[in-house]
Amino acid sequence: MSLNDILDRLFPAGHTVNVANSVITGHAQTVQGTVAVLGTTDAAAIDHAMALALADFVLDTVEQHPGRPLVFLVDTSGQALSRSQELLCLNGSLAHLASCVDLARRQGHPSIALVTANAVSGGFLSFGLMADQAYALADAQVRVMDLRAMARVTKIAHERLVELASTSPIFAPGADSYVRMGGIVAIWAGPSAELLASALADAATARAAGDRRQADGLTRGGRLLAAGIAQGIRNSAAGA
Amino acid sequence: MSLSLASRHSWFEATARARIAGLLDAGSFTEWLPPAVSQPSPHLAQLDLPGAFDDGVVVGYGQLAQKLIFVIAQEGQFMGGAVGEIHGAKIVGTLRRAAEEKPAAVLFLIDSGGVRLHEANAGLIAISEIMRAVLDARAAGVPVVALIGGSCGAFGGMGIVAKLCSAIVISEEGRLALSGPEVIETVMGVEEFDSKDRALVWRVTGGKHRYLMGDCAVLVEDDVAAFRSGAADFLAAWDEPVPGIATLRARQRGLEARLAAYGALCDGLDVWAALGVAQPESVPLLDRDSLVALKEGLPT
Repeated sequence: MSLNDILDRLFPAGHTVNVANSVITGHAQTVQGTVAVLGTTDAAAIDHAMALALADFVLDTVEQHPGRPLVFLVDTSGQALSRSQELLCLNGSLAHLASCVDLARRQGHPSIALVTANAVSGGFLSFGLMADQAYALADAQVRVMDLRAMARVTKIAHERLVELASTSPIFAPGADSYVRMGGIVAIWAGPSAELLASALADAATARAAGDRRQADGLTRGGRLLAAGIAQGIRNSAAGA
Repeated sequence: MSLSLASRHSWFEATARARIAGLLDAGSFTEWLPPAVSQPSPHLAQLDLPGAFDDGVVVGYGQLAQKLIFVIAQEGQFMGGAVGEIHGAKIVGTLRRAAEEKPAAVLFLIDSGGVRLHEANAGLIAISEIMRAVLDARAAGVPVVALIGGSCGAFGGMGIVAKLCSAIVISEEGRLALSGPEVIETVMGVEEFDSKDRALVWRVTGGKHRYLMGDCAVLVEDDVAAFRSGAADFLAAWDEPVPGIATLRARQRGLEARLAAYGALCDGLDVWAALGVAQPESVPLLDRDSLVALKEGLPT
């Protein structure tokens, strides 16, 4: 589905969105009012320029439109793989983008992320997973690495990984796994103004509740240990 | 800070527990969820791989210069310090506790390649949780200081986490980046990045380069005592307000200017020359004190 089709279905009341260097910036009308729309398209491999363009737009929104919700559209194949990018500390620019999204949250901007096609590792970490709540379209690809590459790196037979992937959401690629693990709230059959309105309505509550992903992963049976371990640390004998 | 080789206790070669023992005031460390009350990762067991009772990370509290400090120390010698479900949850729990109890600082001894692929989804989400928890602790007024100098460096999602910390103390042997050179070489070809060219890898990701560029605040020798004094001195002088819009705007301008100035370069030698270093080829040979003096003399 093209970006324009997605935008038309999410924002039937109108949208004004620019795409430059695979970076989406703009605004749109919803039943909750005007929202900022930003993210990446065309399976962008996030580099310094993209991260800084997104960060700049987040900061503009915080400065010029207090409280305006942020709707992130995520389509990233990960981070740019290049020596010149690493030379200037690409992790630093991705961290800066994440800090800007976090600042917006603290300044009262609710945020949601919708994975429209691909969400992979570093690119997903820097903005999609920083939103209050993340969602994915039904055919979206969400992963750290595909199973063939994973087999090569871990030296575990591909067949064995495929077999385990059918039962374990811990490493099986796919949006379903991320829902069970608590990283994604829900999968949408398609882009929809109604689902978006409902997600925006939930976002303000989610923002106030803080990071609930461990608890969600436990409730959904995908991540059974994390919530108890983190709580165990907090309950351990006093440090102060 | 020059030390005889005999008196040095290499940070690079030390285990996570040895680093903590040398970093904090003697005998002051108490571990949370120590191995005796922990379980190894069931996800590794499912793949017939050996686990570790601490899952490759040691967390707890102690004192540095008589101040209460929380500590997170990744063990690079287990699964490359990579973040799985239990490993990540121990870090998240410690950071959340810091935001509530407000110790003088969290010292985050990073030694990790990033996500543990055997638990890829759990690891990726955990790193996202760590990112939010670091920022929550800082917003609560607790400085989080990353110490980088282990054999695995700080790569992948842990490279992002490092740059979300209040500051980074790094050794010459420390490495900090996003994608590992091997990954870039595998995908893009050896012409893009020859991961076997150690000197090149160091000029792109190493501690001296990151310090010269301002990505790391403090450069120390590869010595446990040097990390201790580096962290203690840094915290004694630490007085940063909670990060706000003005700070992030200033950083945005700085990063944009840097990208415009150096974005086309591919080697540390070229960036150092552009920074104003008169003899960039001498940088790899300089000792720590000389390099710090060189940086202080650079035009700003």
